[in-house]
Amino acid sequence: MAESLAPTEVPLVGDFSQPTTDSALSGVRVGVITFPGTLDDRDAARAVTLAGGTAVPLWHDSTDLQDVDAVVVPGGFSYGDYLRAGAIAAKAPIMEKVIEAANSDAALPVLGICNGFQVLTETHLLPGSMIKNDHRKFICRDQVLRIDNNETAWTSDFEKGQEIVVPLKNQDGQYVADAETLEELEAEGRVVFRYVGVNPNGSRNDIAGIANKRGNVVGLMPHPEHAVEPGFGPDSSGSGDVALRGGADGLGVFTSVLNKLVSAR
Amino acid sequence: MARIVVDVMLKPEILDPQGKAIANELPRIGLKNFTDVRQGKRFELTVDGEVTEELLAQAREAAAELLSNPVIEDVINVEALED
Repeated sequence: MAESLAPTEVPLVGDFSQPTTDSALSGVRVGVITFPGTLDDRDAARAVTLAGGTAVPLWHDSTDLQDVDAVVVPGGFSYGDYLRAGAIAAKAPIMEKVIEAANSDAALPVLGICNGFQVLTETHLLPGSMIKNDHRKFICRDQVLRIDNNETAWTSDFEKGQEIVVPLKNQDGQYVADAETLEELEAEGRVVFRYVGVNPNGSRNDIAGIANKRGNVVGLMPHPEHAVEPGFGPDSSGSGDVALRGGADGLGVFTSVLNKLVSAR
Repeated sequence: MARIVVDVMLKPEILDPQGKAIANELPRIGLKNFTDVRQGKRFELTVDGEVTEELLAQAREAAAELLSNPVIEDVINVEALED
């Protein structure tokens, strides 16, 4: 929709006045969980809306998934990163239901972004863990990623090998796992997103994001939900020049799951 | 009331930025003989009455299930605290 907007026409506040035209897409309900200390839930919900779906707020203390078709565990600092990043949130009542649904035959698509990725590793839906960046500083920058697996629920709208640019902002971003786990992830093609260029945090094998065996659960450190709307995104894109703040490469993550769910109906 | 102590350390191969920062700071206060610092976590679990074997077993469960992440941390000690 917004590709045609010249920089001067970009609205200061998001404009949803143009309703989604595809009722099949808007029929897909994507839950976005809010824990105490979650920061990016609204951005994630907005990304779902911009992709054409219906965002459904889910509260950490509830056990009702409200019949959602997919779930996003967004970024932030749930419980202030107390104990370990994501450790307390992983035990929240809503996560019990998410784990159940993700492991069920229905294979609920689940996406963990940043702190949400940390939550998913703490629930053991995804292997490994995140520790402090190797340079010991918080980092915030636009990051080039390569899509190494476009067969997951969240990356099917990308080409394999495609490069995208989305923001990266964290201090516990260094992905670690034991050698055996890393070998398994590589052998099974479960590294979904890989850092391109200088490794920003010391992550093993330049890993930015991974999937579970079935590809319905995906977690990544960078933030696709912050690169979904021209005017508010990065200054660059993996697919050519864009206007200032025009990068919207992250939208594909959200359209992927919507299109996949619609085509499965 | 009695207490059970649980000590958790990052695995030796996991980077400990806080330990590094502390190690860098020690020479600045004139202490130059410490070649490395690792920072861990100490938890104190309070119980009613005496510390029993069953309570210690529960503390070990808490240590394994919540207080530590086996991917990056080791539980190095679970014991009753002497008053």
